Amino acid sequence: MDSVTFTLGSIVLLAPVGLFTAIALPMLFGLRVSEAWVVRLTKIAIAVGFISLIGLTVTGSNQLALPLNLIIGNWVVLDSAQCHFHFRLEFVFDVLSLTFGILTFILCGVIGIFASNYMHREPGFHRFFLLFAMFLLGMTLAVFAATIESLFLGWELVGLSSALLVAFFHERVAPVENGLRVWSVYRISDAAFLIAAVVLHELRAEGEFANLTGSAGWPNGESGLTMGQASFVGLMLIVAAAGKSALIPFSGWLPRAMEGPTPSGAVFYGALSVHLGAYLLLRISPVLNQAWWLSVSLIVLGLGTATFATISGRVQSDIKSALALASLAQVGLIVAEIGLGFRYLALGHIVGHAFLRTLQLLRAPTLLRDYHGWENAIGTRISNSVQRLEIFLPTKVSTALYRWGLERGYLDHLIDGWIVRPFVGFFRRCDMVEKRWTDFLSGQPSRESDRSQSHGDGIEEL
Amino acid sequence: MFVPNLPWLELAILIPLLGSIWVRHIHRRDQARQHCLVVTVLAWIAAFLAWCEFSIRESSVGRMGWNFLTIDELSAPLFPMVSLLFVLFVLATVRTKLFQVSYSRRLLSESIVLATFASTNQVQIVVLLLLGILPPCLEYRQRNKPLGTFVFHMAIYGGLLTIACLWLSVSNVESNFRVIPTGLLMAAILVRHGIFPMHCWVTDLVENVTFGTAILFLTPMVSAYAAMRLVFPIAPIWELQWFASLSLLTAVYTAGMALVQTDQRRFFCFLFLSNSSLVWVGLATVTPIGMTGGLAIWFAAILSLSGFGLSLRAIESRMGRLSLKDYHGLYEHMPLLAGFFLLSGLASAGFPGTIGFIAIDLLFDGVNQIYPYVGVAVVIATALNGISVLKVYFRLFTGKRHVASISLGPRWTERVALLALAAMMLIAGLAPQPFLLSRFEAANELLKIRSSNQAATKLLPGPIQSAN
Repeated sequence: MDSVTFTLGSIVLLAPVGLFTAIALPMLFGLRVSEAWVVRLTKIAIAVGFISLIGLTVTGSNQLALPLNLIIGNWVVLDSAQCHFHFRLEFVFDVLSLTFGILTFILCGVIGIFASNYMHREPGFHRFFLLFAMFLLGMTLAVFAATIESLFLGWELVGLSSALLVAFFHERVAPVENGLRVWSVYRISDAAFLIAAVVLHELRAEGEFANLTGSAGWPNGESGLTMGQASFVGLMLIVAAAGKSALIPFSGWLPRAMEGPTPSGAVFYGALSVHLGAYLLLRISPVLNQAWWLSVSLIVLGLGTATFATISGRVQSDIKSALALASLAQVGLIVAEIGLGFRYLALGHIVGHAFLRTLQLLRAPTLLRDYHGWENAIGTRISNSVQRLEIFLPTKVSTALYRWGLERGYLDHLIDGWIVRPFVGFFRRCDMVEKRWTDFLSGQPSRESDRSQSHGDGIEEL
Repeated sequence: MFVPNLPWLELAILIPLLGSIWVRHIHRRDQARQHCLVVTVLAWIAAFLAWCEFSIRESSVGRMGWNFLTIDELSAPLFPMVSLLFVLFVLATVRTKLFQVSYSRRLLSESIVLATFASTNQVQIVVLLLLGILPPCLEYRQRNKPLGTFVFHMAIYGGLLTIACLWLSVSNVESNFRVIPTGLLMAAILVRHGIFPMHCWVTDLVENVTFGTAILFLTPMVSAYAAMRLVFPIAPIWELQWFASLSLLTAVYTAGMALVQTDQRRFFCFLFLSNSSLVWVGLATVTPIGMTGGLAIWFAAILSLSGFGLSLRAIESRMGRLSLKDYHGLYEHMPLLAGFFLLSGLASAGFPGTIGFIAIDLLFDGVNQIYPYVGVAVVIATALNGISVLKVYFRLFTGKRHVASISLGPRWTERVALLALAAMMLIAGLAPQPFLLSRFEAANELLKIRSSNQAATKLLPGPIQSAN
């Protein structure tokens, strides 16, 4: 990599880092900066990053030098005669990451400009842009990561910023509970990702994707893993991708994520975050080739998700949920395409879908207003008599499907009933046993917390 | 760096000890706090210089004829770190809590903890560990709280510790029966560490003494230090692995328990137990990488959980003990505290960019080398911890609008304490190499000591080589 491409690559990575630091530091020290300043910083950082990325793409394409590997260095090295451990910060600029990177910068730029008006004078304006910057940083790190550990870094940042933005309107309970649900699913998928990362590190002694997917550029690499190794690592990464991209059985969080502000909903769940799982699958596609059943699982998972989302999306009563599920249907198809081996088709599908869905989600609030205006103008309801497949189904089946769709496939109920409640119930029982034991040892009620008030009064009321 | 040639190690221990006697005679609480703060700051300066001296000269032993005091690769960074915690907790004590805190006892505790970290002799460590129980015990009595649970566990701990120490001192080095006193010693240390099922005293302590006392008693993890000095060099590998399994179970169990807690103090307690168990898991791998992970988590837990405890304490001093069954909506009044709460909580769960991230990564890598698939439990524990931290964040800071007629924001002293801890967590998280290298060297040093003991006793199986 020559000095020009190295500089451009570094700027692409440093722009989001600088943006996040510039917004976070004043907040950490309790300093108040103006909205205009925050917006200007966001615009400059994204513009600089985007121009550098375009420059890098042009330079790389002209020199036929793709993929370009940018090695920042070892973040951690522990070396002795007996063992060696390193965590390398290395980034790759190839067809896949450049495409996804350009998509990220364009959509974040558009949303940044949109949000500067949309969020104007909101009490959480600075918090929104802080989380937005964290998201951009996470996406950049994840997309350009050349090692699985670096990808995990970005993956986690995207997860946290997403969950906190779902809970953005945090004076109401519903967004907060939905944010926690999103976070819980993300943590499960993160755990699967971490397991895959460490197992991979163990198998290949390094976490570089080049070791996992071969040195040939994407998507022509060949994995050096055996079928058994590829099966385990691939399975863990599919679980991680399923959580991030809301594939079944984790689909329940996506409509709930729409509780957040419109700009973040558009860029996260319509365009970028929801495709990050698919991006991961594309990145590790040589591993999928190594074990046929992984590809079959992806096709089943993708088509199952698309079917579920289509049925469920048709009966939703609010526009954001309908759009979320429509988005999910497309993500399901993209995953099926990856399973079928159509990697370029899947990449193109992601790009097209991300742009379309961002536009739809940004337009959604004003569209409803326009509809009301049109209906007031013509003095009647606008007819919505599109012929649907339901008319060919028996009434009983149609009704059952309607209920199933309206309840979003009962997926949340199933997870609550089969996993969450037994889990919580078990630990509550353990807590009761512990309480009896400490009461016995103390010879009296041992827990002061049982007597603490459930509504805390401020000190000024004391 | 120039370090004046003074007995810094002894001063770091003596200053709080003498300060404890001095502060005891001050009756005005605000004055006692000020004097206590000065004493802790002086002790921290001495501890910091002792560490600097160690870094320059590669050793630091007592000078005033006190050869029994020494710090090495393992304890050197812990020494100023623990001392700093005492400074920050005294600094961040709000006026409403002035009458609940015994500054004299706090300084005594500091002196005992620092002396423990500066000890390598078996008897000396045992005596200091037993002395360390006294300050919280006195606080139980002063506050008229039921002592039963604490005394029950500490009696087992003290009894096992004393029997094991006496047995080891009279038994032959090559005796096959040494596994029994070693096991007893390890069992004692596991009780002090709060390993399942002997962890109930920790929740009881956190419930009944002042929050600051509980945090400062728990977070330095003197039991981990004692394990490294007393047990690790002589314990057979199967004993270490057996207790590591128990620790792994504790990590998952307490992470699950943290999720269902409805009181903020008990939640903190289970989060702490989950993290402290992971320290043991790493140390019991007996590989350089796993042990580095364990030592790094130890260090990370001291920083992150002390910070987490500090922010919970700040909330409690303003709002009283809050139930986690309800939402409290405090964000608007204390955004800095909310941010710090989240940062320190996620650092303890190994979030990227914080000190905990690379520590968890190393630990999992080390555990996976020795116990493939079992190491998955480490990931499950950290995933559950991450969920519970955000759940409690939402309960305390969001969900409704809290109306207050006065400012609930942190005072400048609290702000300084929080920012100092945040800076350390982030700097060590973003540039972890020097910190990890120091832990790696400490791990290698401990393995060398173990190898030489093993050669002497011929009792233990061969050293485990790293898979890499």
